[in-house]
Amino acid sequence: MKLLTCPLNGPRNISEFTYGGEYHPMPDHQQVSAREWAEHVFFHDNAAAVVTEWWCHSASSYWFLAERNTISDQIVRTFAADEIFKQRVEFKQPASGENQ
Amino acid sequence: MSNDSRLSAPFGSLIDRHKPISFSFEKKTYQGFAGDNIASALAANEQWLLSRSFKYHRPRGVLTMAGQDANSMIQLPSDPNALADRVAISEGLDVMGQNYSGSLNRDSGALLGLFSRFLPVGFYYKAFFKPRGMWEKWAPLIRKKAGLGVINQQYQPEYYDKQYQFYDVAVIGAGPAGLSAALEAAKTGAEVLLVDENPSLGGSLNFSRFDVEGEKGRELRERLVAEVEATTNITAMTNATCNGWFADNWLPIIRGKRLYKVRAKQTILCVGALEQQAVFHNNDLPGVIMSSAAQRLMHLYAVRPGNSAVVVTGNNDGYATALDLLDAGVEVKAIVDLRQQPEYDAIANHAISKGLNIKTGYAVYAANKDRSGLHLGSVEVREIISQGICATQGESIDCDTLCMSVGYTPTYQLICQGGGQLSYNDDTSMFTLTNCPQDCQIAGSVNSHWQLDDVIADAQRAAVIATNALQLSSHPVPEPVAVSLQHSPNFSWPIFAHPKGKEFVDFDEDLQIADIINATRDGYEHIQLVKRYSTCGMGPSQGRHSALATARLVAAATNRTVAQTGVTTARPPFSAEHLAHSAGRSFYPARRSNMHYRHIEAGAQMLQAGAWYRPAYYGSADDRQNCIDSEVNNVRNNVGLVDVSTLGGLEVRGADAAEFLNRFYTFGFLKQPVGRARYALLTNEAGVVIDDGVACRFSEQHYYVTATTGGVDRVYQTMLKWNAQWRLDVDIANVTSAYCGVNIAGPKAREVLSKVCSDIDLCSEAFPYMGVREGTVAAIPARVIRVGFVGELGYEVHVPQHCGEALWDALMAAGAECAIKPFGIEAQRVLRLEKGHIIIGQDTDAMSNPAEVQMGWAIAKQKPFFVGSRSIQELGKMALKRSLVGFVINDSKAPIPLESHLVLDGDRMTGRVTSCNYSPTLNKPVGLAYVEPDKAEAGSCFTIKSSGGVMVDAVVVKLPFYDPETQRQEL
Repeated sequence: MKLLTCPLNGPRNISEFTYGGEYHPMPDHQQVSAREWAEHVFFHDNAAAVVTEWWCHSASSYWFLAERNTISDQIVRTFAADEIFKQRVEFKQPASGENQ
Repeated sequence: MSNDSRLSAPFGSLIDRHKPISFSFEKKTYQGFAGDNIASALAANEQWLLSRSFKYHRPRGVLTMAGQDANSMIQLPSDPNALADRVAISEGLDVMGQNYSGSLNRDSGALLGLFSRFLPVGFYYKAFFKPRGMWEKWAPLIRKKAGLGVINQQYQPEYYDKQYQFYDVAVIGAGPAGLSAALEAAKTGAEVLLVDENPSLGGSLNFSRFDVEGEKGRELRERLVAEVEATTNITAMTNATCNGWFADNWLPIIRGKRLYKVRAKQTILCVGALEQQAVFHNNDLPGVIMSSAAQRLMHLYAVRPGNSAVVVTGNNDGYATALDLLDAGVEVKAIVDLRQQPEYDAIANHAISKGLNIKTGYAVYAANKDRSGLHLGSVEVREIISQGICATQGESIDCDTLCMSVGYTPTYQLICQGGGQLSYNDDTSMFTLTNCPQDCQIAGSVNSHWQLDDVIADAQRAAVIATNALQLSSHPVPEPVAVSLQHSPNFSWPIFAHPKGKEFVDFDEDLQIADIINATRDGYEHIQLVKRYSTCGMGPSQGRHSALATARLVAAATNRTVAQTGVTTARPPFSAEHLAHSAGRSFYPARRSNMHYRHIEAGAQMLQAGAWYRPAYYGSADDRQNCIDSEVNNVRNNVGLVDVSTLGGLEVRGADAAEFLNRFYTFGFLKQPVGRARYALLTNEAGVVIDDGVACRFSEQHYYVTATTGGVDRVYQTMLKWNAQWRLDVDIANVTSAYCGVNIAGPKAREVLSKVCSDIDLCSEAFPYMGVREGTVAAIPARVIRVGFVGELGYEVHVPQHCGEALWDALMAAGAECAIKPFGIEAQRVLRLEKGHIIIGQDTDAMSNPAEVQMGWAIAKQKPFFVGSRSIQELGKMALKRSLVGFVINDSKAPIPLESHLVLDGDRMTGRVTSCNYSPTLNKPVGLAYVEPDKAEAGSCFTIKSSGGVMVDAVVVKLPFYDPETQRQEL
């Protein structure tokens, strides 16, 4: 069984983790075209390369990111999500909106 | 039979001559010693015939004595295909041969061999392919003929288990390389596991001859084993098979009835090499054995392999075997050396000095049966003219034993499972291994080292690399030990075709030289295709003794080098394992609410929802419908109590709690007043409904959110994933198992609850519908939520988990005067259906969007964002494809539709039923179904194909079915 190194818990069996899909940044949901939004939601690159993926250590519910070579299945590195998400994300109110 | 014929010590290192053991083979009693396996004990009694071959039912006997071949497969009472040279004898053990008709000695199935030229490779594909249906007729007959052991269908399950272990270094194989590697690694303080599938440590040191006197191996073994035993940080396991190599050194090691799941930081595979047979006419006769098998028989079990022997050799190891045979008093009739110009070592020179009959540049061209027809009687020896071609005349030498020493194949299985590359070295005529997986090395003969000093140096080097990687040492890594090209033990072409065939390449599948050649002529030139077409290497020994010869034959037949033909893929397991090792003990976790035993006492029929046990209804299973109906009526007219402990509970706390929920769920939460609950509908990014619950605001910065029983874990994980990105100031905790709760529902719910709850004003003005309060119920701290899932006045009371039973008892006692009754999941489903409430996952599927399920009201359209908002916006621009509607069935005789029954429009499938139950309140079946949007208007009619294909008319009605003005829940 494969090992995955959780940035919080260290190396653990892969069976303790949940795969969370490829990481790709969410486009501005108010600005993008319907097609771009659909591609964000439904299309996955599935590249034969080093890709960045979401993984969750199920027992501790800790989400992090992993760079994995999908050809060799080698995990290049794992890192905490705040390396990419450095600050609080804000969503702007659309022009004619009102808070609920 | 007796033990009289045994050799004297030091022969027989594994047996205890003071402990005779009786067992039976083919219903005849034999005697062996403790330490014998079945094959060695039978051999001591000159019973060499063990089994019949798979296809032609040819007599087969001892081949490797190492548990690596299918010749030695025998039948134990509850264990088919057991290996006679692996299983130890025990008192009274009942052993039978297998795969014969009649008796093992006289197998009528052997007549098949006469027709072998009519049974070419690919025969089944060619003969039974047409006409259609032929295979079904022939298969039972063929399967009966071509079978192996028999499964005991009365087998009683036995105890098997698993154990997890962790080591710095795992060394697989405890021969000279493994012992040396383990000792070297252990010097650094590493925790070392040393595994060997044989009964004693030492590997070839137990039986091979490393010097003229025959002492070096034994002396070295004693020294190394003593050191290993004195080293406390080495754990040695014998009779243990490492049956696979999985990612990151995850090693399944089987010993007896236990599967060890070992995680090693570093692995060193010192798994040795497998001796290969020569390929010639009748090379499968009992009495034709590997040289190493003869040495094992003598040195381990004190069994003389025969009375008169011929050794066929392509290296100097055959001469060592000849010396061992002489020591054991076996007459050595000849050494047949395939080499034209042998380079002798000291051992070979010593053997030559004994005046043995040495035939240099000769081959064993054929083996012939003795008078019994079941054993070797003589060999025909001929001079080699060119590769694989012998002179037309030769001489016959009478003998009862032929020892083959023509080369080895590295035990490549584990390395190749890890991605290692097997290639062929044309200079050494040998398979070699490269590309070991990370943190895994090979050492010793598996790494093409044959001289004892080289083997040990190679193993110590591997250990240094391993401990350096573990940062337990920082020794300079020695130069790699050079592979000697001159002294390869492999003879390049020990293959001699015979006009009558029967030169077996693969003993398991009875494949001869012509079978392999013909497969290439039929167009299957890649080794992988040859394997599948001819079945070569697909038998129980998985090509251990056929891969090398097959690769050579395919290369020659297709005019390529062996390196170009490729090799087949090795997959786990290394050797056959019992299914019980994989199954082991079963483990079914179950979750029970704190009130579980109150339900049992009340006669509940329990059902499983995920891991949870929940009461379905209370009463006899024979009276199911009446029980459910009366529970429904009691809630509608009186008061009922249901356990809702399985409902998910999530605490969302912090300055951004409201902001978080506002982004996560579809509704608006920023302006939700404290003390109020709001419906919380969850969609994913695609706008599909995936969960629901209520969000209860207990303070500005504290929400308690419920989620569905089956969905809460995923909802919790999804919340955390989003907040890993949003980085809001919020703490989220899954408190499902910290709380348990009940829903007390019915017109008299307030009357009952008020008897045990004095610190919350329960009157409707002070505590309205969708209000939430904290207080005490029966002196238990409680969260009380006024919700209406079942459509009546009702309160959910959530208390700390351990107080559940006390809460249940207090409410049942308080409600006694009102005739309170518990109700189960089935009644709750009917009640919610009457009220038109959907259940996520039952009434929704992986495509359901809010508009389809009439949940448009739960979408806050003015929010800047929520998960799924853009997708729902886009979906809103498109025409609705289907609509979830309520329907009633007015025909009282119609079979009640079930979930997933189809909605039909003529022949067209236009939707399906998601829920349908008989409603005791409306006195007719009611349900929910997806229909085409133009059929969604109240009063529309559609057809459901119900049980037994009966077409049932349904009429769409406006939801809810019950109490459309929602007066009941707001009482």
